[in-house]
Amino acid sequence: MEDNLLKTCLYDKHVALGALMSPFGGFIMPIQYTNITDEHNAVRNAAGMFDVSHMGEIFVSGPDADKFVGHVFTNDIVPMKPGDILYGMMLYPNGTTVDDLLVYKEFEPQSYLLVVNASNIGKDYEWLCAQAEGYDVKIDNQSDIWGQIALQGPEAEKYAVETLGLADAAGLGFYTYYRTADMIVSRTGYTGEDGFEIYAPHAVINQMWDTLLAAGVVPCGLGCRDTLRFEAGLPLYGHELSDEITPLEAGLGMFAKIKAKDEFIGRDALVAQKEAGLTRKSVGIELQDKAIPRAGYPVEVDGVQVGIVTTGYRSISTDRSVCVAMVDKAYTELGTQVEIRIRKKVFPGIVTKRRFYETNYKK
Amino acid sequence: MAKTVEGLYYSESHEWVKVEGDVAIIGITDFAQHAMGDLSYVDMPEVDDELEAGEEFGAVESVKAASDLFCPVSGTVVEINEALEDAPELLNEDAFANWIMKVKMNDPSELEGLMDAAAYEAMCANE
Repeated sequence: MEDNLLKTCLYDKHVALGALMSPFGGFIMPIQYTNITDEHNAVRNAAGMFDVSHMGEIFVSGPDADKFVGHVFTNDIVPMKPGDILYGMMLYPNGTTVDDLLVYKEFEPQSYLLVVNASNIGKDYEWLCAQAEGYDVKIDNQSDIWGQIALQGPEAEKYAVETLGLADAAGLGFYTYYRTADMIVSRTGYTGEDGFEIYAPHAVINQMWDTLLAAGVVPCGLGCRDTLRFEAGLPLYGHELSDEITPLEAGLGMFAKIKAKDEFIGRDALVAQKEAGLTRKSVGIELQDKAIPRAGYPVEVDGVQVGIVTTGYRSISTDRSVCVAMVDKAYTELGTQVEIRIRKKVFPGIVTKRRFYETNYKK
Repeated sequence: MAKTVEGLYYSESHEWVKVEGDVAIIGITDFAQHAMGDLSYVDMPEVDDELEAGEEFGAVESVKAASDLFCPVSGTVVEINEALEDAPELLNEDAFANWIMKVKMNDPSELEGLMDAAAYEAMCANE
């Protein structure tokens, strides 16, 4: 089976470091190098780096690019300046989610970079091409060309400037980026900490990995990438979002601009869903017990299932058993008492916000 | 290399059994704790729970995943190791010194269906 899995340009580095390798999104990826807890804490307290070369890079350009990206993307790109980045989704006409992604407004007019989830690269590319009929745009999937390192944590800026020599990284605002001759340097991440996502060709990425490793940046696997993003309240496609979940249900309505925009694919369905009222919504739940809620476990009230856990952990940063769950609307008020079925027992929990850790983004 | 202890019985689901009279002392093997990584929670049965051979009685959980525990013999839980409630990492430190539960066996002949240390090592070598 592993023969069919793709390898990132840093695969040999992971193997040499003795990483536990596992399939993710069609790639064979490092889950951990030492252990998830130490790697998680390195990102919270110092700096860690992730190989996120599996992410997809799709470039959209051409005379109709502004119009086309506005058509397929839920967020409002009109106010964007070159070098700005926006988070949002692509939706099906029924309002459920094709993917969540970052849109980078490039420095040439009518030009964008769409950064999409590894598991959805093929689907997204086909989706974009299918929507492009009647638009004069070029859709260029360059996912195979670009590697990517996420340098994350309170010391990320120090390493970017001093170790990598990226002087301009210091002044870079949150959700903005700049380009060098062979790099895209972006003040973004998926951890709840300050940090950068750096895109470059494979050879440059390999050199950068070695340089950061030698400087003491902790290599971090996808295991802690998930615990970090979860604590920070960030969704993962396939869990909090999917082709059965709308952004409104996921609590991500602020990224789907049904008021500011009068058209995008899925907008009508979201307007109708909002008018009719949601039937379910994504919430946080905290357990009093140490038992750990996991994805797929039922949420119950009086023995009746009212929802399902989408991600759950014993939170490393807060040492509490918490989860995000999709729950019937009647049980989504903060403070609502619910129960989670964990194997043979049920454990009482309380509905909370979906963010369990105070994020430390650079403003 | 995961270690084993001579004189214990081993299950295919990576539990060990130490026999004292008609009581089976049950834990997870070194191979199992190593495969799971750092443990953060042990879901234990309650005293007086009646278990069938092969029945799920709890789980050990790492950051990433839960792994069910199966009782190798039928019987009644007479004691659980409460120290694991606050210190699941004891299983990582020494999986054989830290038992999970003691079960009063219904039928000690069920032990004959389990493996000895050599057979268990051979099985692990193939996993």
